[in-house]
Amino acid sequence: MPKPSLSIPDEPIADHAPRRLVVDAQSISLTFDTADGRVEALSDVNLQVAEGEFVSFIGPSGCGKTTMLRVIADLQQPSSGTLMVNGMSAEGARLARSYGYVFQAPALFPWRTIEKNLKLPLEIMGYSEIEQQQRVERYLSMVNLTGFERKFPWQLSGGMQQRVSIARALSFDPALLLMDEPFGALDEIVRDHLNEQLLQLWKSTGKTVLFVTHSIPEAVFLSTRIVVMSPRPGRIIDVIDCDFPAERSLEIRETPEFLKVAQRVRNGLRAGHSYDE
Amino acid sequence: MLLRPARTLRDHPLVARYAPVLTMVLALVAIWYVAAVAMNWSLVRDGFEREETPYAMSDVLAGTMDAERPLLPAPHQIASAFLDSVFGYPPLAPRSLVYHSLVTLSATLLGFLLGALFGIVLALLIVHSRVLERSLLPWIICSQMVPVLALAPIFIVVLGALGLHGLLPKSIISAYLCFFPVAIGMVKGFISPDPLQLELMRTWSATPRQVLWKLRWPASVPYLFASLKVAVTISLIGAIVAELPTGAEAGIGARLLSGSYYGQTVQLWSALVAAAVLSSALIALIGLIERETGRRMGAH
Repeated sequence: MPKPSLSIPDEPIADHAPRRLVVDAQSISLTFDTADGRVEALSDVNLQVAEGEFVSFIGPSGCGKTTMLRVIADLQQPSSGTLMVNGMSAEGARLARSYGYVFQAPALFPWRTIEKNLKLPLEIMGYSEIEQQQRVERYLSMVNLTGFERKFPWQLSGGMQQRVSIARALSFDPALLLMDEPFGALDEIVRDHLNEQLLQLWKSTGKTVLFVTHSIPEAVFLSTRIVVMSPRPGRIIDVIDCDFPAERSLEIRETPEFLKVAQRVRNGLRAGHSYDE
Repeated sequence: MLLRPARTLRDHPLVARYAPVLTMVLALVAIWYVAAVAMNWSLVRDGFEREETPYAMSDVLAGTMDAERPLLPAPHQIASAFLDSVFGYPPLAPRSLVYHSLVTLSATLLGFLLGALFGIVLALLIVHSRVLERSLLPWIICSQMVPVLALAPIFIVVLGALGLHGLLPKSIISAYLCFFPVAIGMVKGFISPDPLQLELMRTWSATPRQVLWKLRWPASVPYLFASLKVAVTISLIGAIVAELPTGAEAGIGARLLSGSYYGQTVQLWSALVAAAVLSSALIALIGLIERETGRRMGAH
């Protein structure tokens, strides 16, 4: 078995001074025992993410991309390795509310209006009434949903609901945004639209984003760095930098540069698969 | 779609909605009258023969409709006795069915309140502790296997020895019956939240209390109302059953008891109607609160 390659660039991608690390994972492994035997969900994963980066995890199902995100979120604990999130342990970062998490399903609370859904984390974190109201207004307008405050979730389309859940994850201004296939359940037109919106959102907030996807164009379009993963055991097989101009639209997907990066991602995924057989 | 007037009476929405129900009711009433004639026939005929008065078939037939202590009172007898005992006396007179209903209702409501609270607390304990789930659940199920008719006198005697009489012992028996559906329903309700919603709460590092009040409790509201509807009828039954062994002098149970002692079938039946009216009203009330709560919680 070849040693999993570690393709973390030695030099930070930023051209200025090295930026603060928001995620620093050193040889993270996670195994668990199932009825069918031992499963290596993550094997010796190393990853450093600097402040302001947009990092996508891509790979076939079972490659551990979601598991990695959940480990960073302290929703699952690694079997070994060290992990620092925003300068703290993963648990410390969770308790300090350092990240906002967006699941594939919007997971809105159906008995709360959109406004009240946005207020939920703020209520839990003890923000004042006035502050809650201001943040609801700010983040609803950020995802272009002003005017929907009093609607209930079922009155919104799937794409709109997911925008609410992104606004909810941002509402308490976390250092890190963790997104687990947030647009996986949406149709392609809505998905394209939300990709553009997310790019705008990332640029305007400057948040660090960790984004799990299984769509190559989505990963290449959004990311500053793409982490390609492979299953059994779940590991990183390639890390690809992509630095498209900040002002980019969906048309960039037709350019040769874009297709070149996409090709490299596809090759990585293919290599990961052939390794299996 | 064009709105067209209904072409025939059968298409009329009111007819379509109520005709089947009405037909069933009329059929039942008709069967009831036939049964009343059949069951009271020999009773009335024997009466004529005992008094040695000449009688015709039509006299017996008429007699079956207004016998004083019929085996089966005719529907109109029950209706008039019911209306008479509800409206014929001042509401607090001992012969007024309103008075007796109020006595039973107060025990029902207190028992319902106690039982529902107890059920919710039990559900909370069970949901929050595996140990309690294993130790409490068998007892909760066992408690419902003992017939309440056997338990009621024991409760009354023991509580009586402790100096508790009247309303409270009845309510406790009623609560003993009605906590069960609430406990079972609310356990299901409290564990009903989506795993994603629970994980979200975790990412916000919510306290267990916040998870309860902001997620588990609101998520269990539909389960709460479903079990409250079952519980309220059971608590009425519990209150009535509790009135039987105490020889209570007031309450629907007392009316049933004295009706059966003295063969006052009409009184028995009108007490029964009162119980039915009461429990329908209670369920309707809970249904109303449920709909209003659902509206506020975005039900559609």
